[in-house]
Formats: sequence, structure tokens, C-alpha cells
Amino acid sequence: MISLRGRRSERSQTTARELAHLSDEAVLALVARSDEQALTELYRRFGRLAYGLAFRILRDDALAQDAVQEAFLGVWRAASRFTAERAKPSTWLLTLVHRRAVDLVRREERRRTEPLQPETEPVGTEAPDEAELATQRQTIRQALRQLPAEQREAIELAYYGGYTQSELAERLGQPLGTIKSRMFTGLARLREDLGEDVRARFEPA
Amino acid sequence: MNDGSPHELSAAYALDALDGDELEAYEAHLAGCERCRGDVVSFRATASALAYDVDLPPLPETLEHRIISAARAERPNVVPLRQRLAIPAATLGAAAAVAAIAIGIWAIRLSNSLDHQKQIRKDQKALIDILSDCSKTPTQGSSGAVCVAPTEKAVLIADSLPAASTDKTYEAWVITGKRVQPAGLFRGGAGRKYVLLAEPVRAGTKVAVTLERRAGVSAPTTAILLQAEVKPS
Repeated sequence: MISLRGRRSERSQTTARELAHLSDEAVLALVARSDEQALTELYRRFGRLAYGLAFRILRDDALAQDAVQEAFLGVWRAASRFTAERAKPSTWLLTLVHRRAVDLVRREERRRTEPLQPETEPVGTEAPDEAELATQRQTIRQALRQLPAEQREAIELAYYGGYTQSELAERLGQPLGTIKSRMFTGLARLREDLGEDVRARFEPA
Repeated sequence: MNDGSPHELSAAYALDALDGDELEAYEAHLAGCERCRGDVVSFRATASALAYDVDLPPLPETLEHRIISAARAERPNVVPLRQRLAIPAATLGAAAAVAAIAIGIWAIRLSNSLDHQKQIRKDQKALIDILSDCSKTPTQGSSGAVCVAPTEKAVLIADSLPAASTDKTYEAWVITGKRVQPAGLFRGGAGRKYVLLAEPVRAGTKVAVTLERRAGVSAPTTAILLQAEVKPS
């Protein structure tokens, strides 16, 4: 990592056009070399999703922006230690966004989401990546629907609501062990159902 | 797999549904459990897929700029001048630190602290290099000084800014002509604070400090609390 970046050499920065053709992994490798353009490109690819996730959890624009900013800064700081064998860059980034948003929501003690009614509004259509996003959304939504209701509830409240397993046990009036196994069984089943799709998209080859 | 063993917690962990002691205990378990590490990796991937089932509101227009500016400015920060580096072992717990390394990416929270310690050592060295050969300009508004080395690397010394509240931060700015660049965040508080500035400081450059919201901003939004203009030497 670089300690003092008082003056930066412009020459080492890649251009936006060069970046557009690179894989996520390659973009991240440039981010690891403190390439600001590469960070911008990463934001262009995942910023909207990151903000959407943070906003879903936090229901607050300023807090969601903080969560997204901190996640991207986490990537900026630690990109050189990212190991591609472990995860896709998108998984890593979304993990950081999620953790940060959940930390904030717990701190703010604002719990506002009732995740069992997923939003039904169509995704906007302005950007070319939107169709891709819509397909993925369809896939995950379908997989969620196939889960037994109580497993789905536990997973959705945890992931979108930021509840801890202990809070869930209390809220749902169930023993902690039941909540644990609902989450485990549900997530294992989701992993199974998403199968190749999620492996290709989110796990390393 | 429904035996209530720690292995089962890989799902809750991947969903960020563990907190406090549960989280610590599980991370300690993770350090020694290869099976759990495998599960966590694939469950994280599954959990991330859930992110695709959210509404996508339009991105706030300024967010990109804010992130890039913060990335540029965040590195150099307040540097403790005295060696106070015994923090990580005490706060992390050896097992959790091992887990952080073993998992590589998930425990960024932990490994950041380790990284941070290395960063502090580097920054301390840079700080001492600057302070040992620099010209000083006293600040106005609040007592302190700006010390500029011949390399144009500079340190801001703030002597009496009260600690910023938890939702705020002090932000240093390097102003050259009309260019205002973020140059570091710090919290203030008792005692002398040394802030390594992220931008070079030359003759005619002004260094200023404002109080901003916690994550920092890309352009000052409040009144200047302290400033110094570096004179040609």
C-alpha cells in the first residue's frame, strides 16, 4: 500500500475506455495499484447495486451513501490483499456494503423493512446493464420463492433487515437453535437452487 | 446438518447475523475449521445474490465524486508521534486475527487494523522526516503550524481543536489558487495533533481546516477554523 500520495503520476492512470473492456478482476487489480480511474470504473459497474442494497437496509439516503462510500474505501484500501481464488470482486464489494449497512442500521436502531413483500416496481431501463440486472433479480427472486416460508423469512429479515440471529429468535418467538437451522438450511438450499448461476457469477472459477 | 454445532453458524455469519460475543466466538472457530471457511465463502456468494433483489433508486449525483475524493485524501491521516502500537494484539484476539488472515477477505474489519498499524509506522517515519527538516508557518484562527519540507510534503500541527463529535470530522484542505483539495481527516481532541497532508504544499499555498460530516466531503461546506498561508522562503 502506498503511504504518502502527495503527488501522483498521471501517466500510470488508465483511461475510462480501456477500463470498460476489462474483467472485474482486472479492474480490481488496477484499484490495488491506487488507480483512481479503476475505482471510478468499479463504481460505474456496481455503485447502483451497492447503493440499492444499502438503501434497502437503511432506508435513509445519507446513511446509505455513507455505507457505500465506506465499502468502496474498504476496497480501495485492501484491494492489494484481495485474493481472486476466494471470491468475485462483486461478492467482496457487496459483502462490505452489507456489513457496513448492517453495522449502521444496528447503531441507528432503525429497523424499517418488512422484507416479505419484495418491491414490485420494474427496474429502470436507461442503462444497458439493466437487462442483465433484471435477469439476475428474476433468478434470485424465483429461488427465494421456492424456499419454505419460515426459512425465507429468517434469511430475508437477516439480510435485508439487518437482524441478528438472537434478535430474530426474539422477534419470531422461536428458540435460537431453530433460527440457526432455518438460516443454514435455507441458505444451503438457496445455494443449491442458484447452482451454476450463482457459482459462475459470484464464486471464483 | 441440524445439530446446533458451530458449523451451522456459517450461514448466519455469511448473512452478517452474528454480533458481539457470538461473532467473536465464531471467528475464533473459523480460524481452525476449514470446512466452515469453505461454507462461508460459498454462502457469502449466495448471500450476495440477494443484493440483486432490491430496488435500484437513482444514484445520488455527488456520491461518485465523494468516494473518489475520499479515496484520494483518506490515506494520510493523523499520525500518533509516540509509539503506541500495542493495540492490535490486545483488541483483536489471536484467533480472530488468524481467521482474518485465513479467510483473506471476509474479515477486512480485522485485517484493516493490522494494516493500519503498518500504515502508522510508515506515516510516523514520513512525519519525522518532514519535521526534522521543514519551514514552519504559524496558523491563524486556532493555534498550530504548517511545516513544509523541501520535498513539498507537509504536516499540519493542530494544538487546540476540541474533539469532533462522533458524527463529524475535521478535514484539512490544501488550497492553491482556485484549486481546493481535500488533504486529510482528523478528530482533534486534547494534545497536539499531527496531520500528514495528502497534497504537496508550496509557497503561496494555503492550508485550512473545517469541520465536516463524519465521512468527509469533497469540498468545504463550513467556515474555516484554522488556516495558514505558506510564504515564499
